[in-house]
Amino acid sequence: MKAMFQNRKWIKGVQAAVLAVAVCFSIGATDSSARYDKLNHQLMCSCGCGQVLGECNHVGCPDSPVQLAELKTAMNTGMDDKQILSSFAAKYGATVLAAPTTTGFNLVAWIAPFAVFLAALLGTILLIRHWSIGRKQETEPANTPEMDALRDRIRRETGSEGSF
Amino acid sequence: MATFGSLSLLIGLALAAYNLFAGAVALRLIATGQPAPIAPERLADTARRAGIAAFVAVTAAAFALVYSVFTNDFSITYIMEHSNRALPGAYKFAALWSGQEGSLLLWCWLLATYGFVLRLRHKTDVKLYAYAGTILAGIQVFFLAVVNFAAPPFALLRGAIPADGNGLNPLLQYPEMVIHPPMLYLGYVGFSVPFAFGLGALMMRYPGEKWIKITRVWTLVTWVFLTGGIFLGMHWAYAVLGWGGYWGWDPVENASFMPWLTGTAFLHSVMMQEKKGMMKSWNVWLIFSTFLLTLLGTLLTRAGLVSSVHAFAQSSIGTWFMVFMGIVLAVCIFTFILQRDHLRSDHQIESLVSRESSFLFNNLVLLTACFVILWGTLFPILSEYVQGSKVTVGAPFYNRVAVPIGLFLLFLTGIGPLLPWRATSLKAVKRNFIVPSIALWAMVAVCFIFGPRPLSTWFSDAGYFYSLVSFALAASVFTAITSEFFRGGAVIAKQTGKNLLVSIYLLTRRNTRRYGGYIIHIGVVIVVVGLAGAAFNKNTEKELALHDTMSVGPYTLECVGFTQDSNANYNSDYALLDVSRDGKKQFQMAPEKRVYLASQQPQTMVAVHSVLSWDLYVVYEGTNPDTGQPIIKAFLNPLVSWIWAGVVLIVLGTFFALVPSLTPAAASLKVSAARPVHAEPVLKGGD
Repeated sequence: MKAMFQNRKWIKGVQAAVLAVAVCFSIGATDSSARYDKLNHQLMCSCGCGQVLGECNHVGCPDSPVQLAELKTAMNTGMDDKQILSSFAAKYGATVLAAPTTTGFNLVAWIAPFAVFLAALLGTILLIRHWSIGRKQETEPANTPEMDALRDRIRRETGSEGSF
Repeated sequence: MATFGSLSLLIGLALAAYNLFAGAVALRLIATGQPAPIAPERLADTARRAGIAAFVAVTAAAFALVYSVFTNDFSITYIMEHSNRALPGAYKFAALWSGQEGSLLLWCWLLATYGFVLRLRHKTDVKLYAYAGTILAGIQVFFLAVVNFAAPPFALLRGAIPADGNGLNPLLQYPEMVIHPPMLYLGYVGFSVPFAFGLGALMMRYPGEKWIKITRVWTLVTWVFLTGGIFLGMHWAYAVLGWGGYWGWDPVENASFMPWLTGTAFLHSVMMQEKKGMMKSWNVWLIFSTFLLTLLGTLLTRAGLVSSVHAFAQSSIGTWFMVFMGIVLAVCIFTFILQRDHLRSDHQIESLVSRESSFLFNNLVLLTACFVILWGTLFPILSEYVQGSKVTVGAPFYNRVAVPIGLFLLFLTGIGPLLPWRATSLKAVKRNFIVPSIALWAMVAVCFIFGPRPLSTWFSDAGYFYSLVSFALAASVFTAITSEFFRGGAVIAKQTGKNLLVSIYLLTRRNTRRYGGYIIHIGVVIVVVGLAGAAFNKNTEKELALHDTMSVGPYTLECVGFTQDSNANYNSDYALLDVSRDGKKQFQMAPEKRVYLASQQPQTMVAVHSVLSWDLYVVYEGTNPDTGQPIIKAFLNPLVSWIWAGVVLIVLGTFFALVPSLTPAAASLKVSAARPVHAEPVLKGGD
């Protein structure tokens, strides 16, 4: 197992696998029922129930059967997903889309969470590195073989890697 | 009874105000040492007693409202709007929290109850409890002012008193609605207590970290109530709303989830403060934020700021909440600035790869998740402000943004316990990660072998891909956590000669906090597996004539009857369906659609057959008006029962974590009773 970690080929294999996953992941669904299901989950029912179109279950809902029929018609006319969603937004207003578009100000909705996450992640890493460098300059390194051996003994005897 | 209730609320407000005023004066006198005509300690005690009396007054008001519901006193507007004569007893009780005014009264009563318990236990630490009790009294004053002046539950009806009421919202006439809201409120309101302790400890510059130990039970109990409340709400949505799901990223759901996330972050990071004296400012702000988020959630739910299927009616109390939030925030900022030198960390994190940093990253991810949900909830308002038009931020947004963050959190849940405190070597990291990594890849292989074909299916749909990652991470994290139990159990078994299971039990009893926490993490893993099953949901819809059949997954449903029924509360249409598998009849299901007479609102009663691998979930969609035949929608929802099982484990783990650990003396007594020990002295794991 130790050799496995040291083997560069193994790491390259993992990288290739990750790449393959990413390539496969980027391939879109082509099956028409899957596409219909996907699209009706990207739209909201416009009756005011606040439910996703594909999940609206009101008895006698005046809007969802009409919208679902329109969706099927749009799919049959050969429109792509983007065109279908745009036509729904043009007809029913922007609130018919279950998520903000990726254009204009709406793009901020998608970018902000990841930007905040990445900024916080980077900030945290830099902060910890700053602390650990400062610490190393002040004291002896904690990872001497003696310390490691002592920690290993503690772990063995307490059956733990630390405490919760 | 309305007069009695209103008077009780006024007395409650006066007593809470006295508690706040007298308590604040007494604490100020104690802090400054100024001479006073009355001993400040005695003044503080009168304040405490006023707080206890406020509990009695608010209890009397709550009793008055419940009594009025049961006696059908429709002269009270709230009773007329939320009850009727035919309403079953349990739901009459639930009417207490089914509307704005009643639920705020419930809030006041729970807050008074928490305050009552806190004030009774004041001898634990008289000064800290006096601070916490006074801050809690401030919160009580606000809520009692709201129910006295902005949303009075005992307001009388103008004009003629009707013979019957409007009845309870049909969505609320379900057994879980009798326990879900109180449970959720216990969590929501409960966070006032750790907030009061946190702010109080900062105001008085409490020496050391003992206040964290004192408030730990309060925080954990509150957290488990909120957890239970959220999941009961999910189960209610699953069983009642009839759309086959349990979480719709509705603003009201989000409002309850946000304080849960920051509360969970607090529970983790506060351990760093308790053990290492780190992250003091961070923790103070976490508990401040958690309390503020409970207020924000209440504001969103009740002020009509965001549209939601289950928000309360729009009302004027939003302004009250905004002002109160502003005051709370100002007090928090002021106190923090004034006392910030008291919050200097005793230590700093030494390594990126350590238990401390994993706690920090865990906090980072939890707070990012909270930000994502807050952002998604408020973005429609922001969009309207900036663009002049609202947009919808629904499930597709959260699934794309929040799910990857959740998976990263699951990853951290697994690696956290594998990392030691302070720092570690790369060698140790590799050693600890070998088995979980094998479990991860083994699960990927299992998914590929037994899952949908072709293999590209797993990658062509985001839902499948996320479920694959969830299953793989769940296997890895589960292995990592259980190996902790087995490793520790094996050591004790070796030392005591007891079998492995008994040794694992002993190990858990020796450090209930740590191992209770691990049980909670296993529960979380099981919940994630259940959630990941949603990617494989199937459903089909069909109008069924007598003896017509429909199929979903391995089941065939045959309609063997459809009829109507009625009672004083509702009329119902239902279908009788024989369910068979492989040609053999297995069981019968009876999905139902009700129309409640008082409100004339329809309601779905879903039929669910639950097994470990999936739920067969059948909805009576409606009746075809032309043929009179039922339209049935059947769902096959994989792994849903895992979610509920995981929650049970989370609750059990929390209770385990609340049980005091066996002291070293007690533990050694147990060991010596079993067999004399001649091994090396056992080093007790850090708490």
